[in-house]
Amino acid sequence: MTDATAQNTPAPSGKSLLSLDQRTRRRNASERRFRLYGAVAICLSIAALVMLLTSVIGNGASAFFQTYAKIELTLDPAELDPEGNRNPDEMGKVTTLRYGNLMKAAFPASLQAAGISTEGISDTEIGDMLSKEAPAQLRDRVLSDPDMLGESVEFWALANGRIDGYIKGRVSMASAERDSNVSPAQLQLADRMREAGLLTTRFNWDFITFPDASELRPEAAGLGVAIVGSAYMMLIVLFLALPIGVAASIYLEEFAPQNRFTDLIEVNISNLAAVPSIVFGILGLAVFINYAGLPASAPIVGGLVLTLMTLPTIIISTRAALKAVPPSIRSAALGVGASKMQTVFHHVLPLAMPGILTGTILGLAQALGETAPLLLIGMVAFVRDYPSWPIDGFFDPASALPVQVYNFTTRGDPAFVERASGAIIVLLVFLLCMNLLAIYLRRKFERRW
Amino acid sequence: MNTAKFTVSALAIVAASATAAAARDNIQTAGSSTVLPYATIVAESFGENFDFPTPVVESGGSGAGRKKLCEGVGENTIDIANSSSRISQSDIDTCAQNGVTEIMEVRIGYDGIVFASDIEGPDFAFTPADWFNALAKDIVVDGEVKANDNASWSDVNGDLPDQQILAFVPGTKHGTREVFDEKVILAGCEESGAMEVFAEQNGGDEDKAEEMCTSLRTDGVSVDIDGDYTETLARIDANKNAIGVFGLSFYENNTDKLKVATMSGINPSTETIASGEYPVSRPLYFYVKNAHLDVIPGLQEYIEFFVSDDMAGPDGPLANYGLVSDPELAATQEMVANRTPMGPLDE
Repeated sequence: MTDATAQNTPAPSGKSLLSLDQRTRRRNASERRFRLYGAVAICLSIAALVMLLTSVIGNGASAFFQTYAKIELTLDPAELDPEGNRNPDEMGKVTTLRYGNLMKAAFPASLQAAGISTEGISDTEIGDMLSKEAPAQLRDRVLSDPDMLGESVEFWALANGRIDGYIKGRVSMASAERDSNVSPAQLQLADRMREAGLLTTRFNWDFITFPDASELRPEAAGLGVAIVGSAYMMLIVLFLALPIGVAASIYLEEFAPQNRFTDLIEVNISNLAAVPSIVFGILGLAVFINYAGLPASAPIVGGLVLTLMTLPTIIISTRAALKAVPPSIRSAALGVGASKMQTVFHHVLPLAMPGILTGTILGLAQALGETAPLLLIGMVAFVRDYPSWPIDGFFDPASALPVQVYNFTTRGDPAFVERASGAIIVLLVFLLCMNLLAIYLRRKFERRW
Repeated sequence: MNTAKFTVSALAIVAASATAAAARDNIQTAGSSTVLPYATIVAESFGENFDFPTPVVESGGSGAGRKKLCEGVGENTIDIANSSSRISQSDIDTCAQNGVTEIMEVRIGYDGIVFASDIEGPDFAFTPADWFNALAKDIVVDGEVKANDNASWSDVNGDLPDQQILAFVPGTKHGTREVFDEKVILAGCEESGAMEVFAEQNGGDEDKAEEMCTSLRTDGVSVDIDGDYTETLARIDANKNAIGVFGLSFYENNTDKLKVATMSGINPSTETIASGEYPVSRPLYFYVKNAHLDVIPGLQEYIEFFVSDDMAGPDGPLANYGLVSDPELAATQEMVANRTPMGPLDE
């Protein structure tokens, strides 16, 4: 409409409706300005998001790939089964240290056998190119299959974090010269091994399934325990917060009398939704651990704390969903003789379901990313054993995804930087899935009238 | 009805939580973030090689760990507190009040504190007095106490490069700060003779003088870092003129980015720290609740494994990571085997 100027019309001496007067122009201009502000705001948030994603993905994508080195070694029964009876219990007394020495001794020979020159580099340095996790993996394999002893086996062992960093471009010849943990000779050997196909990089499922690892072996650190811990907590939150929250909202919205007491409850629920999450952590420590005697570092306590945190969100969104159901539905149901409860459960609740589910999933997503309350209940910890299956597993120590991100960022070895970003990517994928599920459920059950 | 099912399951969980609170079979430790990497290395090997679950290692700081240790005896309290400073009498008193009477003090080795700057920058050779004169709030010039206004390291000591003074020191919640205050700032204060002047000014009150020595500048030259060494490293990356305080093990893992300074002419290394030549080092401890020794499976084995030669010895993985092995490790091993609780503090 702005370009509607007076064409071919005789201009009357007074004001034409078609020519814009001062005021209209001002209003149009302010509208254009407002649209511009909006566009700028959107551009800024998109830019921020793009920056965040590029930084996270740029740093973290490499965590999903890992370098492995091929090693051929003979499993000496005299070393690994001193009793000679192939009894896994007794073979278990042989520590990973001995397996490590065996591997270190076999590695240079294995390279030479493959025709790779190992000149100018000591055997210890060659041995150090393997991860300290490799002996543990070999030991697990031998213990699960003692008949392997005495045979010559081929084994793809994890390469050391620095070698892996070189393949990924994080470590360079120049930085290796100054680095006390890796030498240029080792990197040159890695180059030769790569050409001969003895060193490859492949997709790193272990990053998703392995537990956390100590600072000596960043290449073996994974998110397994954290993912299980987060999943357990989400289960607990879902099974506690959803029924309690929905029951509370139905009562408050449909049955409770309107009086000062219910007003007070309402105000308190809104307040609780705004309480900083660390407060729930302090409560959890005092009530669930110190008073009720639940174990520290366990998903049950984390789940209970996050339930308390999520409840107000669920109650508020459920009440909004119940309010959005038109009163005519209730009147119609009551009119044909349904009881109040039948009205609610047969008619109102199904119609409010999409809203309730959306609110619940968003509440869960918020709980999934929460670290502060977990700090106080001992879940910000180094946990390497997987918790067992529910319900027992709820009481075993576990970690959580955001906690793992935090843990990785505090480590000294630079290889943990990519793992922290990798963990963020996994967390983001989880959140994205939950949000998609929320959208899908809303679309599927949405009913219009 | 769905809701009814949910409620029943929820109640089941709550009921289970009331009964299953018994029988913890994993070791729980908490405490110093300096000891954390060593504790995780041992825990990892322990879980791998023994039939016991891998111990859970929490960080949170030395003080917080000792406080948790002293909360009482029972399965919902921790078994071991890692600590980068010695337990205090007030901790022991709290422990005793809560029924934790026998505590075993295990020294695992020594940790060096190093001063490092960006790898591209100039070399530094410090003495404690340099640090005191650079960072203390009040310094002594020609026998007069005056506010510190040194802007460049060359103002402090003509031999140092002309570089703006900017230091990232650990925040006061860190055990490292205590050592920094005591072995660097306070030592520098005494070395430069400022201590005597401060004491004189306060009528011979040495506590007051020490307090004056260790109060640092607040004009932005000395920056407290409350986070971990990774934060200090990131700050140095962004500000190439700065000098940061690190643990020896952290520096050794980042030698491609950091250049270490000498202190009183000694280069920090596990050897110079073990021999006592390098002045800024401290012992690392963990404290074990003896009452838990026969209750928590694997606890005795874990602590014996921790101080074994395979782990804490001079060629073990801990030394590999930067721990300075304790020359008296054999005595510690014997103490652990005999479960000798610690006696009263000497001081």
